[in-house]
Amino acid sequence: MAQGPIGVFVETDGRNRSEIALGVHDLNFYYGDHHALHDISLDFPARQVTAMIGPSGCGKSTLLRVFNRMYDLYPGQRATGEVMFDGKNILDKSIDLDILRSRVGMVFQKPTPFPMSIYDNILFGVKLHERLSRSEMDERVQDVLTRVALWNEVKDRLKAPATGLSGGQQQRLCIARSIATRPEVLLLDEPTSALDPISTARIEELLDELKEEFTIAIVTHNMQQAARCADRVAFFYMGRLIEVDQADRIFTNPRQKQTQDYITGRFG
Amino acid sequence: MKIAPRTRSEKNILSLDSLFHSLLWLCAVLVLLVLGGLIILMAAGGKKAFATFGWGFFTHTSWNPVTDHYAVMAPLLGTVVSTVIAVAIAVPLAFGTAFWLTSIAPPRFASVAGMAVQLLAAVPSIIFGMWGFFTIVPFLANVVQPFLNHHVGHLWVIGPLLKGLPIGTGLVPAGLVLAVMIAPFITAVMVDVFKAVPSMLEESAYGLGATRWEVMSKVIVPWSRTGMIGAIVLGMGRALGETMAVTFVIGNVTSIGWSLFSPRSTVASLIALQFPESPEGSVRLSSLMALGFVLMVLSCLSLACARLLKGKRQ
Repeated sequence: MAQGPIGVFVETDGRNRSEIALGVHDLNFYYGDHHALHDISLDFPARQVTAMIGPSGCGKSTLLRVFNRMYDLYPGQRATGEVMFDGKNILDKSIDLDILRSRVGMVFQKPTPFPMSIYDNILFGVKLHERLSRSEMDERVQDVLTRVALWNEVKDRLKAPATGLSGGQQQRLCIARSIATRPEVLLLDEPTSALDPISTARIEELLDELKEEFTIAIVTHNMQQAARCADRVAFFYMGRLIEVDQADRIFTNPRQKQTQDYITGRFG
Repeated sequence: MKIAPRTRSEKNILSLDSLFHSLLWLCAVLVLLVLGGLIILMAAGGKKAFATFGWGFFTHTSWNPVTDHYAVMAPLLGTVVSTVIAVAIAVPLAFGTAFWLTSIAPPRFASVAGMAVQLLAAVPSIIFGMWGFFTIVPFLANVVQPFLNHHVGHLWVIGPLLKGLPIGTGLVPAGLVLAVMIAPFITAVMVDVFKAVPSMLEESAYGLGATRWEVMSKVIVPWSRTGMIGAIVLGMGRALGETMAVTFVIGNVTSIGWSLFSPRSTVASLIALQFPESPEGSVRLSSLMALGFVLMVLSCLSLACARLLKGKRQ
C-alpha cells in the first residue's frame, strides 16, 4: 500500500498497473517563445528501460522534466498535450505536484546529496509523505541501500554526512533516495555522466535489477550505455521524435536515415 | 651550451612583471600596517585612561566629565543592547525578504524589488538618523510609550524593560533604526548566498515532492549556513560601529538601567559627541581613545565568533 493515483489510495503492488506506465500524446513544450518539443507521442511500457538518445539540445532532457512537472518551477516554461500516468493527464492544473513527484522519482547528471547524514538523505522524501515508526524507517533505509548495493559500504556510518561519499557512492545514494519513496517511475538524466567507468558499470547493473519493479526512463549521451541497458530506445533530433523501437533494432537496423547517421557517429 | 641573450622586449616584460609583483606586495603589507597602526594608536591613546582607572575602567558604571571619572560600561552596554535589538529584528526580516525574492516572487518583480533592496542598502546612514528622529522618536513618544507605560509598565520583569519617560529616545529606537539600516544589507548578501545553491540540488529536493518551505528549511538553509552567518556578522559589524544614525535617536545620556526606552548612549555616539570638547592630553580624551580600542576589540571578537561558527561545519 503506498500513495496511490493522484489523490486517492490504491493497491500499487504492480499487478494493477496498466502495461503503459507513461503515455505521451501530442506533447509540445515551450521555453517562453522557443518551441522545444514538437508533437511528441511516445509510450513508456511498464517495468522496462526506455532510453532517450540524441544530440545535445534535441529535447530529451526537456521531455524527462515534463514527467515530474519540474518545469513548473520556472515561469515561462509550459507544455501542451497529454501525458497519461495512472489514468490521469499529469499536465492538468489540478494534479497535486508533491504527490506526483513522490511517484515519479528523478536522478540528475551529478550526484546531489543533501547537506545531512546518509540516513537522513534516504528518508528525506519518505518523511514528507509517510509516517513511519523508527524501526520501519531503519528497515526502509537498509532495504533501499541494499538494493543499490551500497549497504555494506555505508552501514557503519549511516550518521555520517553524505557529502563524504565518493561520486559513485553519492549517485547510488541518490538512486536509493529516489526509490525510497516507492515511486512507480524513475527518471534518470544522464546519471553516469560524472562517474568513472567502474561506478558507471555498477549503476548500469543496478538498472537491470530495478526495472523489475520500476519503469525507467533514461537520458544518455552514451550509445553503448543505451545499447547495454535499454529495452527500447527513442531517438530525438531538433525537438522531434525521429524513431522509437526495440534497442537491438535501433542499433542494428534503424528505419530512419537520421538515426542511422547518429548512431554511426556521422553527426551529433 | 650558450644561452641566447634576452631581447629588449623580453627584458621590459620582466621588469614590468617584477614591478607589478612588488606593487601587489605593497598593497598586502599596507593593509596589515593600517590595521596594526590603528590598534596601536588606540591603545597608546587610551594608555592614560587605563593607567588612571585600572580595571575600574571596565567595571565602574559612571561616565562623568564633571568629576573626571570615566568607565566603559554604560556606552558599551548601549552598543551591545542596541545591536542585539537590531540584529533580532533585522535577521528574520532579511531572511524572509531573501526567501521571497529568490523562490516565491515572480522573476520580473523580484529583479525590481532586489534592486530596491540594494539601493536601500546604499542609503547614507544619516538619512536613517533623520528619519528616526522625525518619525520613530515622535511615534514612540506619542503612541507606543504612553500605551506601554499604562498597560504593561507594572508587569514583572518586562515592565521595567518597557517603562520610561515618554520622550521617544533610547535603545529601542536606536535598535529600530539600526535594524532598518542593516536589514537591506543582510538581505542583499543572503540573496546572493541563496542564489549560489546549485539548482540541481534544489530540483532534487522538489523532485522528491518537497514544498518550497521544506526545500528552503531542509536543503537551502543548511547548505548555505556559512554564507548566512557571514551576512549576519557583516550586518552586526555595521550596527556595532554605526555612529550618526544612532546619535540622532538614542538620547545620549551615559546612564545604565533596565529601561529600553530611556536615553542612553553607545560607544560610537559618545566618541563622536565628546571628542570636540575634550582637550588634548586630558584623561577624557584618553578615555575616548580607550573606548575606541574597546570598540575595535568588540568588532574583532564578533568576527572571530563568526569564524568559529563557520569552522564547525568542515
